[in-house]
Amino acid sequence: MAAHRCCFPVWLFILCSFSLFIIAGSQETTVAPEQHASVLDNPQTAAETAEQTAGESGGVEERRWEGTEVRDAAAQKQAEPAVLQPTPQPKDDFQEELVVRPLHSGDIYASFQFRTLWETDFMRGNKVSHYRLFPKSLGQVISKFSVRELHISFTQGYWRTMQWGQPYLPSPPGAELWVWFQDSVTDVDATWKELTNVLSGIFCASLNFIDSTNTVQPSASFKPLGIGNVTDHRFLRYATLPREIVCTENLTPWKKLLPCGSKAGLAVLLKSEKLFHSSFHSQAVHIRPVCQDWQCKTTSWELRQTLNVVFDLHNSGQGKREWSLFKMFSRTLTEACPLASSSKIYIDITDNPEGEQFELSPATSLLSQAMVLGDRRTFSVYDLTQQDTFGSVRSLNLLIRWKSTEGDMLRPLLHAERYVAGYGLQTGEIHTLMYNHHPYRSFPVLLLDSVPWYLRLYIHTLTVTSKGKDNKPSYIHYQPSKDRVRPHLLEMLVQLPPNSVTEVTVQFERALLKWTEYTPDPNHGFYVGSSVISSLVPSTVAMDTNSTRERPLFSSFFPCKEESSYFVRVYTEPLLVNLPTPDFSMPYNVICLTCTVVAVGYGSLYNLLTRSFQIEEPSPGLAKRIANVIRKMRGFPGTMG
Amino acid sequence: FTLSIYLSIYLSIYLSIYLSVCLSDSAGQFFSSGHTNNWAVLVCTSRFWFNYRHVANTLSVYRSVKRLGIPDSHIVLMLADDMACNHRNPKPATVFSHKNMELNVYGDDVEVDYRGYEVTVENFLRVLTGRLPPSTPRSKRLLSDDRSNILIYLTGHGGNGFLKFQDSEEISNVELADAFEQMWQKRRYNELLFIIDTCQGASMYERFYSPNLMALASSQVGEDSLSHQPDLAIGVHLMDRYTFYLLEFLEDIHPASKANMNDLFKVCPKSQCVSTPGHRTDLFLRDPGSVLITDFFGSVRKVEITTEAIDLTDPIKEVEERPANGDVHKEMHSYVDQLPVSEIIHQKPKQKDWHPPDGFILGLWTLILLVFFQTYGVKHLRHIF
Repeated sequence: MAAHRCCFPVWLFILCSFSLFIIAGSQETTVAPEQHASVLDNPQTAAETAEQTAGESGGVEERRWEGTEVRDAAAQKQAEPAVLQPTPQPKDDFQEELVVRPLHSGDIYASFQFRTLWETDFMRGNKVSHYRLFPKSLGQVISKFSVRELHISFTQGYWRTMQWGQPYLPSPPGAELWVWFQDSVTDVDATWKELTNVLSGIFCASLNFIDSTNTVQPSASFKPLGIGNVTDHRFLRYATLPREIVCTENLTPWKKLLPCGSKAGLAVLLKSEKLFHSSFHSQAVHIRPVCQDWQCKTTSWELRQTLNVVFDLHNSGQGKREWSLFKMFSRTLTEACPLASSSKIYIDITDNPEGEQFELSPATSLLSQAMVLGDRRTFSVYDLTQQDTFGSVRSLNLLIRWKSTEGDMLRPLLHAERYVAGYGLQTGEIHTLMYNHHPYRSFPVLLLDSVPWYLRLYIHTLTVTSKGKDNKPSYIHYQPSKDRVRPHLLEMLVQLPPNSVTEVTVQFERALLKWTEYTPDPNHGFYVGSSVISSLVPSTVAMDTNSTRERPLFSSFFPCKEESSYFVRVYTEPLLVNLPTPDFSMPYNVICLTCTVVAVGYGSLYNLLTRSFQIEEPSPGLAKRIANVIRKMRGFPGTMG
Repeated sequence: FTLSIYLSIYLSIYLSIYLSVCLSDSAGQFFSSGHTNNWAVLVCTSRFWFNYRHVANTLSVYRSVKRLGIPDSHIVLMLADDMACNHRNPKPATVFSHKNMELNVYGDDVEVDYRGYEVTVENFLRVLTGRLPPSTPRSKRLLSDDRSNILIYLTGHGGNGFLKFQDSEEISNVELADAFEQMWQKRRYNELLFIIDTCQGASMYERFYSPNLMALASSQVGEDSLSHQPDLAIGVHLMDRYTFYLLEFLEDIHPASKANMNDLFKVCPKSQCVSTPGHRTDLFLRDPGSVLITDFFGSVRKVEITTEAIDLTDPIKEVEERPANGDVHKEMHSYVDQLPVSEIIHQKPKQKDWHPPDGFILGLWTLILLVFFQTYGVKHLRHIF
């Protein structure tokens, strides 16, 4: 009986605990598939759309349905019973893309673009706490510092425009940072300083060297690339560090910002040993608000991570005009990033319509056309979200084999170069040459020069000449430097006549630095950042002005306002200027010299003054001394005189 | 009666739980080393390509501590020059410690916190003492506390009582000792292991006076530290002898290994190093034989097991991310013209201060004169002049 009575409450207890477990378990199970579903959300829809595009395309024109389809599918998902998604999560989307442009010089240009779009609002005191594809570190930076736009690039090497054509995304050697702040920011300079410090931590770079001596506020260049109606340049800051080194430590945090890291998708190709063994390497992060839909009433945040690299024919290619993914990156592709809604490789085959220049394998039937840099280009497209792209070997290794070495690249319409002239260590002259190669059209360029204070520009010697005649700029903005406070800023709007060279010269004087202001290696010289040339270059074909239409990522960075021209930014070489350097061993020499003077001069004088002179008895000769010694030995005391 | 039985059953259950809690607390020697976190400050102070070996020294220690579990967020790595992507490096993005490119100590996921011109005596001392500007990011800070074991490794060119930074400045052994004392007073470390690989390295730890410091050096006062082996393809010496054998020693250490500091003191005897490695333990309170290598080079986490059940089933309240004013801002946005030529040309230069227009001042004078003549007339002018 007792046992029976004892059993009953035990059973009750077990029952209670079981029911508790079940409740807990059921809550767990309801949470788990929700997360799972949200993760899988995009790949599913992506796969659907991929199938659709595969069905629709096949001809020359590849149609793009992704944008609308993805949105509809996502909307349907959300319309489903709200058990799975209690609160509507802000939608986000990730795309990855690789463009390969075989260059006539035998080199090869590869450009990666990764875009994360997020329909959220960081502004107006919104606390964004749940991140999915968008990196949290950057999201926090945006909301903490009220950043409207942020563009940062790290580049090693100089882009050779005349050999390689225009890059899809230009960047100057070293590090470049430009930021538009929201108009709610009261102390822009302090926010900028803090922001650079934080970014230096995120990207493992010496961006904390950005201070007032290398920051400028351009008045006409660097308009915002995202949407927005306010362009008060008080909220813009621009700075370059031309000497910034770029290496693996910068690539590591950059890769960590990607949703798939370097584990899957195109990012597996990013091996530092290959990427830095190249003629040109540039990696960048661009954050800006963009239109959510065609109406453009709400904004999304766009994070665009780009990486451009040019492999040298002789250095990386062993002199053979034959390239493959494996040869370039020492990896092949096996899958797309599962979080990406689109994952594509584009190969530029415009100069090779019939395959007479180079051979591409495996062959693809998918073609695409895009307006890039004022030209209509044709691309072979490999869609990584489809399994048949990888073939039976389950891996994709693109092979480009050149057949002929003939053929010319289309000459870029605009390019620029810069150098320092003069001799000696007192004065010099900066020459900037801007070439307009268009046979009959002139176009405007906006030149921005930011020169450190230790080169004192003689602004009265500024001349702008083209074709031997004075070319008067229609807009000049010059802000003189202040020693150790701010740099020179010179902005000029110049019309470049057709088929001409326009030369801008200005003389300068080299300042003397204080001895603590020199770098540890002053003999190396001091860098002056690249000039920035922004221009509206006439286009040969009508450009696409519809900013909301789906386009390949590489052709949709700069918004296009008119059909007849396209916007391009060109950077010149940075300058390396020698400053008069003192002899740093001078203090040591002075000490040595002083010691010598003291020891020899003063010492001997002191010696003469303090010594008491007395007549010394002449010392006995050698024979007498020996005789004395003998005498001592024999026991006679005393010495002989 | 039945009630008492239930009570006794419940009591016995609670008692057994309580006992098990007590038992887990009694594992005292489990926390004997007294530290809960590990930090490392690894510094190469030499610039220029021919000092490749100093960067390789630092990176090999970095590789070891990272392999043994100290995360990048707890390592402050300072490299005074960029050897990996130097233009003279025949294999970019690599730094090798062994001949024939056998071991790449640079790795594929390195994070350098201070590099180039940032490596200065001032920054080094600021990192140690924690007196950094407020906006310095976390990765550039030594956020240690009184439960931290810190490994400090320095390499470069030094002399009797000083270490050169970038060929342009020096840190003296007195400054270094004072910095450690400041760290101790600010409770920034529990125990500190100091290793230096320079010429006359032992002179750098002579002046230490703070407790819980252990120091090792590659050479005695009056001795040079020598480099280990040149590589013909890279063209420079790859590593210094002391750190080379230190790396070989550390490569055999794994997180669970029981090697202690006495083993570390035996690294690189004079027959291998040519110089005489030195060590100093008089400031250290524990017996070096009881200090594991992983107390400083690794981050072996002590895990405390709790037997209390923590209820995690409470649903976390979702913060409403979208306020209701989502429909308020509905004006049409548009992209900005990148080069608005006419706008730029007609851009007004910014006016500095407001000043009255020129006509106004002229008018004012006219008014004054008019009032004057109205009141006095012309004939009174002679009274004035």
